[in-house]
Amino acid sequence: MHSVLFIVIRRLGLGVLTLFAVSVMIFLSVNMLPGDFAEAILGQGATPEAIAAIREDLGLNKPAVTRYFDWLFGVLTGDFGTSFAQANFSAFAGEATGKGGIGSVAAQLEPRFMNTLFLAMVSALISVPLSLTLGILAALFRNSAYDRAVNIGTLSSISSPEFFLAYVLILFLAVLTPIFPSLSNIYADMSMADRLERTMLPALTLTLVVTAHMMRMTRAAIINLLASPYIEMARLKGISPFRVIVVHALPNALAPIINVIALNLAYLVTGVVVVEVVFVYPGIGQLFVDSVKIRDIPVVQACCLIFAAAYILLNLMADVLSIISNPRLRHPK
Amino acid sequence: MTTVLTLLAWAIALLLGGWVFRLAGQRIPWPRASTREYFRDMDYMVAFGFVLAIAAVYWAVILYFVREVTFFRWALNAIVFFAACGFLFRLVGRHVGHDASRKIFRQMPITAAFGILTIFVYATLAVFADFFAPYGQAEIFEKINVLPGGDPALGGDPRFLLGTDQLGRDLLSRLIYGAQNTVGIAFVTTCLTFLIGATVGFLAAALGGWVDQVASRIVDALMAIPQLIFALLLMTIATAWAGSDKALIMIYMVLIIAFLDSTRVYRLARAVGLNIVVMDYIEAAKLRGETLTYLIFREILPNATAPLLAEFGLRFCFVFLTIAALSFLGIGIQPPLADWGTMVRDLSQFINFAAFSPLTAALPLMAAGAIALLTVAVNFVVDWMLHKTSGLKE
Amino acid sequence: MADTNPLVRIRGLKIEGRSDEDWIQIVNGVDLDLNSGEVLGLIGESGAGKSTVGLAAMGFTRDGCRISAGTVEFDGIDLIAADAATRRALLGRRIAYVAQSAAASFNPAHRIIDQHTEAPVQHKVFSMSNSQADAMELYERLRLPNPTEIGFRYPHQVSGGQLQRAMTAMAMSCRPDLIIFDEPTTALDVTTQIEVLAAIRDIVEQFNTAAIYITHDLAVVAQMADRIKVLLKGDEVEEAPTRTMLADPQEDYTKTLWAVRSFQRTQKPPAPSSDVPVISIRNVTAAYGSVPVLHDISFDIHAGRTVAVVGESGSGKSTAARCITGLLPPLEGQIEFEGAPLPRDYRKRSKDQLRQAQMIYQMADTALNPRKRIFEIIGRPVEFYLGLRGAEKRRRVEQLMEQIEMDPGQYIDRLPSELSGGQKQRIGIARALAAEPRFIICDEVTSALDQLVAEGILKLLANLQDSLDLSYMFITHDLATVRAIADSVVVMKEGRVVEAGPKDEMFTPPHHPYTDLLLSSVPEMDPDWLTGLLEARGVDNIGDSASARMS
Repeated sequence: MHSVLFIVIRRLGLGVLTLFAVSVMIFLSVNMLPGDFAEAILGQGATPEAIAAIREDLGLNKPAVTRYFDWLFGVLTGDFGTSFAQANFSAFAGEATGKGGIGSVAAQLEPRFMNTLFLAMVSALISVPLSLTLGILAALFRNSAYDRAVNIGTLSSISSPEFFLAYVLILFLAVLTPIFPSLSNIYADMSMADRLERTMLPALTLTLVVTAHMMRMTRAAIINLLASPYIEMARLKGISPFRVIVVHALPNALAPIINVIALNLAYLVTGVVVVEVVFVYPGIGQLFVDSVKIRDIPVVQACCLIFAAAYILLNLMADVLSIISNPRLRHPK
Repeated sequence: MTTVLTLLAWAIALLLGGWVFRLAGQRIPWPRASTREYFRDMDYMVAFGFVLAIAAVYWAVILYFVREVTFFRWALNAIVFFAACGFLFRLVGRHVGHDASRKIFRQMPITAAFGILTIFVYATLAVFADFFAPYGQAEIFEKINVLPGGDPALGGDPRFLLGTDQLGRDLLSRLIYGAQNTVGIAFVTTCLTFLIGATVGFLAAALGGWVDQVASRIVDALMAIPQLIFALLLMTIATAWAGSDKALIMIYMVLIIAFLDSTRVYRLARAVGLNIVVMDYIEAAKLRGETLTYLIFREILPNATAPLLAEFGLRFCFVFLTIAALSFLGIGIQPPLADWGTMVRDLSQFINFAAFSPLTAALPLMAAGAIALLTVAVNFVVDWMLHKTSGLKE
Repeated sequence: MADTNPLVRIRGLKIEGRSDEDWIQIVNGVDLDLNSGEVLGLIGESGAGKSTVGLAAMGFTRDGCRISAGTVEFDGIDLIAADAATRRALLGRRIAYVAQSAAASFNPAHRIIDQHTEAPVQHKVFSMSNSQADAMELYERLRLPNPTEIGFRYPHQVSGGQLQRAMTAMAMSCRPDLIIFDEPTTALDVTTQIEVLAAIRDIVEQFNTAAIYITHDLAVVAQMADRIKVLLKGDEVEEAPTRTMLADPQEDYTKTLWAVRSFQRTQKPPAPSSDVPVISIRNVTAAYGSVPVLHDISFDIHAGRTVAVVGESGSGKSTAARCITGLLPPLEGQIEFEGAPLPRDYRKRSKDQLRQAQMIYQMADTALNPRKRIFEIIGRPVEFYLGLRGAEKRRRVEQLMEQIEMDPGQYIDRLPSELSGGQKQRIGIARALAAEPRFIICDEVTSALDQLVAEGILKLLANLQDSLDLSYMFITHDLATVRAIADSVVVMKEGRVVEAGPKDEMFTPPHHPYTDLLLSSVPEMDPDWLTGLLEARGVDNIGDSASARMS
């Protein structure tokens, strides 16, 4: 019973397992903090009573395993805990802030998560078609002047730090010729056109980085494919070049191309952090960096989990799709 | 609206241009038969490419000579300068040294020559920073925010060619010391990364069985969290442990990045190791009764140097960029040590002065460009090495 | 008519291949004429440029190659000067190609019949339905099982020999004037090869198609070709009708090619039954994980004797070797060395036990560490087992190199990559000898070598056996090698010993049916051999179908 379904289910199971392992790792990392949350919140001058109160409130007296499952259960129901920065003492002293409350991590995360998603989507919409076209062209015209220029260009783009590309774009497109704003402050009640305009520069920066990666990978995948004997066979059958590509190369190229796209979308996840900081884009990446600086542990923990989950899901998707698109697996013996 | 229309007009003109270009090429009675055949069999895409290239050259000329856009001129000058340096360096390499090295230089593309030269220059700057820098990296002068250029009329000071920062430190010196700190720390980290990753990777490949399983599963789990994110998380904890001890923060940073990045080295070393382990000469050595140490150091390692060296270059770039990103975000290399990532962040606001003081605006780009230049150079060299080894296989 | 207007006419063809940044000539001016309906055998060792010439006859060069001079005419059309559209119109329709690896040359994403009908439909020779019906007829002619159904499978669902025949059918789909066969049976087992050969010959004769048959196997080309052209390193050596060429080769190189099969040492008398065998395999059963590979095999190898273990791929002959060396501990049974049982796992064996059994590998390229010099490669076992160091070690290495007939002064400090294939194999032998063993396993040691070189290796091994009283276990699929060197033979099939006995008995009837099939499937130099075999056995009693009936 080695059907595709079985393989896909096994892969999905592995994905869930990975997510679980990652949550354990994040939890353990956070628990390596010196002292505990309570001291971290109140600082050094706190009275023992206050610390004890908060410890009680956060359940820090419970054993680590219990705390982990409490946290995991909370996450699964959308409750990421309470942000230190947003919390005031009344919240701790009085009734616990549940999910969706003012101080809750979830309330803080949600709009920013949507913003980041928007940014990633805009970047993907520009970069995926662009890089696939350019990458396939580079493969078809390999070793030509175009291919060499592309190689140098993409290598340079990959090697540059995101903030370098970002500032170059700001210099040319915001300062010297003011087409787009250099700050990407976005509000909830903004019109779509404004939103797009303000998202453009960060999106273009991400596009530059991701496109370069994606093009190189597409080129490699296609060249690998074009070197296979069955493509040579198709050419030797006197079939038109167009048909060779569409009928013979494309069905087999699907798996590697899907893989390339998913891997690069996963790469976008990490890329947003620096870019959001440069453009002061109110996304999850910036929240993450800010929280890291003020050591707002619940937020850091939540952001980390979200990034990791997105990353794992995209990789999972890539694997599942390439399993499905493999003819050898689709038509078992 | 007009910009959209202009762009549309350009696009249509270019698309038509390709067609016209090919037609013209086919009509011209070229003296050589091969040229005639070239145009006869030309794809439309190729013709379009030619037209696109012509248009690009046209715009470059306009921007450079007619509109005289400062930054564009600088960028183009820099590219031409770099290419010329690479070319000259290769030329020298082709005529100096013994036969083997001359042969290498003969087959070297100009990008790789440029890369090697750049790495060499960076290494020299990093090692002899004390000698090259006019002042110390933490030396504070009375004049703050001196503009670059050295012209007192424009707010400069001939003592500080690139000006001073908001604390009154000489920026040129800090840029040069940045090479020492940023590159040095990245280099040490990469070495550590390799020590961990390659050792465990080869062990896993040579031993196989449960050692391989356990190590690989741990690495899988570690790699499931995006690296920069994981690094930031661990840095949060590290800063809490380090308190106000800045040296300790940096040591933690080196350890964390080396640990996280070693997962990639592990994967590569294991894959390369597995390819070698299936070779018959390894089987022969095993059957001879050789020890594990002999197998790894005498049989496997000598055959893994080429891919590992290329990987070292790539890892160095990655580590270097991660450290730069962390410093840029304010949790990497700590002041008063000069570092390019931090400099970019501190100087980033100057970019808004581009219209009236281009040199000032170029300051953050210089620091960021210093990072980019080195990684580009390393990548060029690695690309060439990989190309060479893959070419030998065919 | 045939002489005045050949179908293919190649003049002064030169082809260059790219190596690093330079172009190196790989075909140095070859002329070729082929009349319609004629089969030309193109033969040569690896690197002779025969595939490159074959593809050039279609006006095609692989990436990294280019035609630098000469003309290729097909039916009066200059293929090199022609534009792409003209060439495309000929390819598939009038010139077809059959590749070496059918498994890689069929597109995994499409059904076999869809790939079959593609050329006729695209070239507008047949309609889709006509072409499909024609495909089934061709499958039937080529004796594929279930001809009406097999085309609707995907390539990975069909076995190698069947795929190769399906590809021949595909080449026939437009009824071309010319087919290029590029080593179509090289990747197949002997029993499968015979079936494919018979099918190809039959169909080429049936439709009176001209063909260029490229191979390195003389016996195969003798069955298939009307004329033979011999290539060596991009140069033509000679060309003649098949029978003339076989009977009376003119050039020295061709003569040596023909002569290699003459080496045969006399069989030694069987060891007295009272002798304790050097290696004795007792009822060994083994498996990779849960996949059983060996079922209760037993045989003995006596001092100074050579036992050839014969079988096709997957028969378990290499696994048997792995059990003996201890790399794959057997599940049941045991290995005895001079009467004493050896630990099953090599890690549990003593240094001396390891020393006594050495191994020589098929691929000398992967058997020698490419980063070590010859001195280190041979010197390591000398140092490791015998504890010799310094000048003593060097003297011993030099002595060993003289034993394998290589000049120490010239070769001792070279890297393996600086040696030829045969020389590398000799170093492999020297490394085994350095341990001073009693028993050596030779795993297909000559199958990767050109025939002349292989013969030298066999002679060397025979001499060494006589002077050092060595025992060999000789794993091979090539019966010519068995004939040349073995004292006794063990035939294996699907993990079982089918037949075992002294060599002369094995080569005289009566045989076990499988041994018989194996023996009869090995092509011989006689051009009438295939015809004779088909008459003797019947077309349905060869190859996989016959093999399948036995198990």
